[in-house]
Order: sequence, then C-alpha cells, then structure tokens
Amino acid sequence: MGKTLFDKIWDAHTVRALPDGGALLYIDRHLVHEVTSPQAFEGLRLAGRQVRRPDLSFGTMDHNVPTTDDRMEIRDPISRAQVDAMRTNCRAFGIRLYDLGDEHQGIVHMIGPELGLTLPGLTIVCGDSHTSTHGAFGALAFGIGTSEVEHVLVTQSLVQRKPNTYKVEFTGRLAPHVFSKDMVLKLIGTIGTAGGAGHVLEYCGETIRALSMEARMSICNMSIEGGARAGLIAPDETTFDYIATGDRPFAPKGEHLEEAIAHWRTLPSDADARFDQTTTIDSSRIKPQVTWGTNPGMVIDIDQPVPGPGEAYGYSRTDVENALAYMGLAPGTRLTDVAVDVVFIGSCTNARIEDLRLAAAILEGRQKADNVELLVVPGSMQVRRQAEAEGLDRIFKAAGAQWRNAGCSMCLGMNPDQLRPQQRCASTSNRNFEGRQGKGGRTHLVSPEMAAAAAVAGKFVDIRKWLEA
Amino acid sequence: MRPFTRHTGIIATLDRSNVDTDAIIPKQFLKSTKRTGYGPSAFFDWRYTADGEPDPGFELNQHRFEGRSILVARNNFGCGSSREHAVWALVQDGYRAVISPWKEVSGKRLPAFADIFQTNTTKNGMLAIELSEAEVDTIFKLVAANKGLQATVDLNTQQVTIHAPKAVSFQFEIDTGAKEQLLNGLDDIALTLQDEAKITQFESSHETWLPG
Repeated sequence: MGKTLFDKIWDAHTVRALPDGGALLYIDRHLVHEVTSPQAFEGLRLAGRQVRRPDLSFGTMDHNVPTTDDRMEIRDPISRAQVDAMRTNCRAFGIRLYDLGDEHQGIVHMIGPELGLTLPGLTIVCGDSHTSTHGAFGALAFGIGTSEVEHVLVTQSLVQRKPNTYKVEFTGRLAPHVFSKDMVLKLIGTIGTAGGAGHVLEYCGETIRALSMEARMSICNMSIEGGARAGLIAPDETTFDYIATGDRPFAPKGEHLEEAIAHWRTLPSDADARFDQTTTIDSSRIKPQVTWGTNPGMVIDIDQPVPGPGEAYGYSRTDVENALAYMGLAPGTRLTDVAVDVVFIGSCTNARIEDLRLAAAILEGRQKADNVELLVVPGSMQVRRQAEAEGLDRIFKAAGAQWRNAGCSMCLGMNPDQLRPQQRCASTSNRNFEGRQGKGGRTHLVSPEMAAAAAVAGKFVDIRKWLEA
Repeated sequence: MRPFTRHTGIIATLDRSNVDTDAIIPKQFLKSTKRTGYGPSAFFDWRYTADGEPDPGFELNQHRFEGRSILVARNNFGCGSSREHAVWALVQDGYRAVISPWKEVSGKRLPAFADIFQTNTTKNGMLAIELSEAEVDTIFKLVAANKGLQATVDLNTQQVTIHAPKAVSFQFEIDTGAKEQLLNGLDDIALTLQDEAKITQFESSHETWLPG
C-alpha cells in the first residue's frame, strides 16, 4: 500500500517509534514568538538546560506589539516587559530574532515562508495554533503548548501521538469573487469545528492545484478551526517557483535547490495511499461565506438568512441561542441588512500581498462609509514594503483606512487594536469567538474582498451583486 | 509535575459546547511572563461583570459549586488557540479534572477535547476525561438534582464514580503514554533526554535544507 504525504514526513522524522503507535519526532524548524515562550525559557533556566539547536529556532515579535507608527516605544508596561523578555531570552540562548524595527519582522506565519524557512517535507512547530499555515508547502506544521515549546528547545524533538489522515478534495473551478477563504469556511461549516480533530488534513483536487501559494496558506491556516492540528498541500511547481523566487535567505539555492526539488517531487501521496477519512467539496458551488455566530463553523452563504435554534446543523438549540444573543442577531436576518462598525483587513489568514491587492482593487476610487473604522494591517514588514512599492497604501489611505505596521493586531486584540463592546466587525481573520477581538466585540469572518466592500457600503454586501450594481 | 492518581471532589457543570481557550483565558492575561497567577482570571469575560464583580448569571459562580474541582462541559472543549495559559488557569482555579463528551455526527466520532488542549492538560497534571454524550447527560442531570454532588476519578482503574444517592460509575479510555505520565508525574523532557544519543545519531544523517 502506498504512503500519504503525511506518512512520508512522519516516517522521515521518526527518531524512535513508540509502542503505542506514536513517535519521538525530529523538528526541523521551531518558530518562537513573545507570548507563548517566556515560561519555556524560564523552565530552561530553572533546570539548567540549554537550547539544543539554536540554529533551527527563529524568533519574532507579533502578538503583543502595537501596529501604529510610534510603536518602537511600547506604552503598556506589561506588554513592554514581555517584549523585553523575548529579546533577553533570544540573546541568552543564541536564537535569531526578527525584532521590532527589523525589515523582516512580522506575524510568525508570514515570515517563515518569506524567509525561505518553510519548505516541503519539513516538520515545523510554533507555540501558536495557526502554525498549520506552513502546511501549504507540504510541511507537517502544527501548533504546540508552552511545555512542548520547552521540550523542543531542549531536545529538538517532540513526543507525538500519530494522527489519522483526512483527504479533503476540492473539485471544479471557483466562481468569480469566491476565494480560498470561502473554501475553508465552507469546509468548516460542513465538517464542524471538531470535524478534523485527531486528523491531519490533506487538501487536494483541481481547485487547490490552481491556487497560488498565498491562497493555499489561507486554507491551511484555518485547518485548526476545523479541529485539525495540521493541514497539508502536496508541493508542486507553484511551490517550487515560490521558494526559488524572491529574496529568501534561508531557502536552498543553485545545486542545493535542484537536489531539494528532486526530493520534494517524491513527497506527494502515492496514488494507492489510503486515508482514514475523505470529504469532497464542489468548489464551483461555493458562494461568498460569512460567519453569523461565535465559532467559525457557524457560517452561511452571504445570500442565506441567519439560522434560528434547531436550524444550524451540528449545533444544539442552546449553542445557537447563546451565539445569536452574543452577536445581537435575530433568526432570519439577512446579513446584507446588517451594519458594521469596524473592518479589519489583516492576520496570518489574509494579510499577504495578494489579499491586500484584492482589498485595494475594491477600495480604489471609493471611500469607506463615514461611520466605519477601517484598519489595514499588513502581515509582515516585507508585505508592507511591497504594498507601498505598488502604491496600495495610497489607495487605502485615500479610502479613509488606517495603514499600519505588521503584527497580529485586531485578530486577537492583545495589542491596543481592539473592538469595544457590541462593535460589529467584518474581519479577514480566523476566529469569531466571543471576546476574541475585544470584550463584547462581534466578529464576522469574511474574505478580503467582502471586508473591503463592507467598509465602503457600511454593511455586509453580496460582493457579486454589489460590484454589478 | 504533580501526579494524578485518584481524586475526589465536587462537580461543577458548564452547559456549553465548543468552549474555546479564548473564553477560558482572554488575551489580556497572556501578557504575563509567569506560569502562575491565572486562576482568578479563568473564564474572565463570563465570570465577572463590567464592575469586576462575580456575575451571578454565570453557571460556575453558583454557590452550589463552591469548592468544586471537577469540571463537566459539552463537546470540543478547549478548541482554538494553543495557549497553555488556559490549562494553567483551570488548574490554578482548583480544577483537577475536566469531563467532556465525544459527539457522534453522521456516524463519525468527534473527540471531546481539542488536540492541543488535551496535550496541555497532561503536561500539567490535569486529567481530561472523555465520556459518551449519554453519560455526560446523566452527570448534568445528577448535578442539577444533587447540591454539592461529588465524584471520584480513579486513573488507575480508568473509572469515574458519581456519588449520587445511587452511585454510578463510568469507564473511560486514555492513551497509555498520557496515563503513565500522569500517574507518575513524569518530567517528559528528562525522559526524552534519555534518548539523546538517538537524537544525535538521527541528526547526523538528517537533511534540514538550511544553507550551509
């Protein structure tokens, strides 16, 4: 029987197979950020331990940093202390840090691919659940807790249970104004927020093949929202082109790259590989998606009404009642009748250059609605520079947007970018949990085009009809 | 790590599914660089009113749950963010075990706990127990009917006993590795370091594709 892409990576990284089917897995890249690492470094100090392979660990600041232009002086003393601790820890243990002010600073899942750290066939971990993003390159990448961060720092390995495999096939072509964000939201709406738990997803099919690396990253990014710790896409010419072009200091070059590509071509799942589960989605039928509730599985097509208790598949009456009460929505409401207060274009899901180009194309020659606050936060400083080189920043500013510096920003509101209670936000991020973007804030997840259009209209729109009108 | 062998305590119920780690410990508490001090902030947004007073409308604030140490919730508990702070908060708020049901959807069994959360519980000496929906329903009903209802969780025998007037017991499954780690309170880094020679040997022939 053939092997899946997952099996091949797992086997190639097994230091020791464990009796219960798990393994001690070798870790090729460890990405570190300021929020989930200080307690791990403290653990090292208390036990008198060292970082085994500082050359395989890479740090940046993203979750807790301001995105305004005056951000080099962090005003919140607790945030500042955490950022300072990251600097001290990276210096003490010899870990390369892309600090605030560095040209490569950005959201950890943005800079891994940009720097050429993210490559097919690798194992990549980070103390952040959206590490699944890197699976777009055919790397086994997953989020870990702080105890596991400490374990990787000391041993460059992790003890893991072997997950099951889940093939998610997307067939057909996407309709205009439907994007990879809509694909992954549709998937989560179909399988539920626990549908992928205990599994590694492998996305395949002609729709996936036609996507750019950036669009693939948006899908793999939200695997965790479907309960899966990791999502994978087999590497192909699109992947190799991405790695070979641009300034990627850690990517293999020349003969080394040729050798790597020859190896990467052996990684895709064999034709006779067996998966534990399979789901097929017809991409041509996917419409623009928008979440109505308090987790990403509570999602509808933009032209569907908000469901009532008993009408949302996979959710109890209580689940729906709680969600509607929190979101301030009544069953049967059309979201195209619902006003927004804030539009957030950013996060490790949708703050890459292609996302900003899509948003800018909508905003060009238009103005945001007066009562809407529009925040555009590039995912990395590299994306910010690229956007500025293309003149996108001028389009955003002319439309009335705030043009910010790189960070996680309002995706989780650890920094000053937060919703106020009852504010409603059209967001390109990944989680619409209660309080996620600020206590009492109401998040609706959408694609960058849908978010930009909502900023102009002052309410949600069906992007397909709105552009025709 | 504190071992988990057997624990008896009061059960508290939280009638919510998909409780995410943002709800268990909101973002503002993640700025700390310490491992301690999270207990009073567990479920912060639900637990306190805008004035910082305990919200009487929040289930876990009921007097009948005073002194509780076993939490029972609905399926997919601990989903979302990988933040281990969520487990630190629960442990430091006095919980030793959390019980949640798997869910059957279209003939498939969806796990009770999110993967990363479950790993984080084991690393902190907290037991995450997966039961069936019917069994968890039974516990919810018994807790509603009996104030201060206690349960005993025995990891050796993999059994939860609810001390209702007529006691009921449920068996649960647990990964053998996790069971051993919990029972013995093992330091898993020290365990892996016993394999250091194997790791070194693996590294000698492993390609990481970094430029020389």
